[in-house]
Amino acid sequence: MLRDMTLGQYYPANSVIHRLDPRVKLAGTLVFIISLFAFRSAEAYVAATLALVAVIRISKVPPKFMMRGLKSIIMLLMITVVFNLFLIRGTVVVRIWKLTITKEGIETAVFMAIRLIYLIVGSSIMTLTTTPNNLTDGLEKALRPLNKIRVPVHDIAMMMSIALRFIPILMEETDKIMKAQMARGADFESGNLIQRAKNMVPLLVPLFISAFRRANDLAMAMEARGYRGGEGRTKMKPLVYAHRDRMAYLVMLAYLLVMFGANRIGFAARIFGLS
Amino acid sequence: MSIKIEHLNYVYSEGTAFEKHALRDVNLELPDGQFIGVIGHTGSGKSTLIQHLNGLLKGTSGAVYYNGRNIYEEGYNKKELRSKVGLVFQYPEYQLFEVDVFSDVCYGPKNLGLPADVTEARAREALRLVGLKEKHWKKSPFELSGGQKRRAAIAGILAMEPDVLVLDEPTAGLDPKGRDDILDQIQRLHDERHITVILVSHSMEDIARYVERIIVMNRGQVMFDDTPREVFDHYRELEQIGLAAPQVTYLMHDLAARGWQADVDATTVEEAAASILKCLGR
Ligand SMILES: Nc1ncnc2c1ncn2[C@@H]1O[C@H](COP(=O)(O)OP(=O)(O)OP(=O)(O)O)[C@@H](O)[C@H]1O
Ligand SMILES: [Mg+2]
Repeated sequence: MLRDMTLGQYYPANSVIHRLDPRVKLAGTLVFIISLFAFRSAEAYVAATLALVAVIRISKVPPKFMMRGLKSIIMLLMITVVFNLFLIRGTVVVRIWKLTITKEGIETAVFMAIRLIYLIVGSSIMTLTTTPNNLTDGLEKALRPLNKIRVPVHDIAMMMSIALRFIPILMEETDKIMKAQMARGADFESGNLIQRAKNMVPLLVPLFISAFRRANDLAMAMEARGYRGGEGRTKMKPLVYAHRDRMAYLVMLAYLLVMFGANRIGFAARIFGLS
Repeated sequence: MSIKIEHLNYVYSEGTAFEKHALRDVNLELPDGQFIGVIGHTGSGKSTLIQHLNGLLKGTSGAVYYNGRNIYEEGYNKKELRSKVGLVFQYPEYQLFEVDVFSDVCYGPKNLGLPADVTEARAREALRLVGLKEKHWKKSPFELSGGQKRRAAIAGILAMEPDVLVLDEPTAGLDPKGRDDILDQIQRLHDERHITVILVSHSMEDIARYVERIIVMNRGQVMFDDTPREVFDHYRELEQIGLAAPQVTYLMHDLAARGWQADVDATTVEEAAASILKCLGR
């Protein structure tokens, strides 16, 4: 139930994707997302699909796991599809009472759905193959230039990594407290909205208390070990680009070129009426 | 009237990289009125097993019968089951949430739909049973010490007056006196009300002293299921799975090895003392 959340859920496996430098994966995700929005011909989407499938295969993460992230946006997805389907004007295909479905509507709806799904799956690959710590390390290093304009990059990265680290712990804790209260006859499922909100109190109070206790303990432990922020702090495993990382950047460039090409073909085909 | 477990398997996170087969083909009969100890190394599946007894976890395969009825049956009343099989979790003090201790103990019976006066009477009795002084009853649970919180949490389950009381390491982190107090109270409860008690513990001394039957878990399987004497006879095998017999078992075996007529089956200090005195001819 709560465990279905993929965000920040690392899936351990032994693959090239897992070993890549987190900065490469961040850049790759960014490139992929931008490409989804920049190019919108069918040909370009075929290329994007191939790239996505290839990366999923290489990452050795079961596709089931990628799909799990989609559950959380299923409502958004449906709303998007329905709105596009019925509200876009154009050549009418089907007419049901006062509602019309147009050719353009179907096209846009399918397009938007694919775009959203790819967006989630694409970013899931990054979070599934990168440990949260590694990810924030990558972010910290990639964003370091912002230090110059007084953005506390290190502190933000530290907060992020702690927050990410705590998600599974808090989920486990929630599970435990829920069970303990259910053993005392608590009921988290039935009743109207107000009743249900009330029933959550025995879950939320211990959860908050435990979260604060943990935060307190952690702060104390960090201080006891001499943590004083990013100033002069070095890394045990500094991020260094390896050969495979440079190759990955090349692959990304190639991907962009292919997308660009595919997009051109798409446009040319449309302009000359070949499609 | 009993609990019966048949071919129970449980797998955490089935079908993922985190898959963990926590219980393997467990078969047990837990008749009414027994005082049962469950031991096993860390991660052997003790907590997983006991969460099946009140239906908090549903076996991946297999069945659990309570008083002859399969609890996985369609429409089985889980809430009622949970009032009959009271489960005190490991570190139960983290489940406290009410404004004061007394209201927290009332939470369970209140959920059973009992009238306010019965609820309060039960809460008072449960709090007395666990030995929590009256001056603490109106305090916030968070003002109590760790051991006092533990008692309050145990009272929260006792107030539901279960027929089967399951305790997951109720004495972890308590001082020796607090530990004996709580276990003595539980034994008294068992003797007076004839309820079934299932005690998960890492302390062989506690187990030897209170229980009449020991279930040893090893890697999700039941390894031994017998009286303490029989189980501790296998102390070499217990050591191999990271457990041990009570200290006196070792002492008695050492004495026997040196030619004494010591009773090697003694499992408690009292029994050992009696046997040694007999050897000395007193
Ligand atoms: N929520 C969970 N998700 C996944 N695996 C779990 C979960 N809870 C327990 N496990 C795994 O199942 C196995 C059995 O765990 P369990 O908590 O039943 O052990 P235990 O005998 O109670 O140990 P302990 O003496 O430390 O309390 C362990 O290997 C544990 O890692
Ligand atoms: Mg346990």
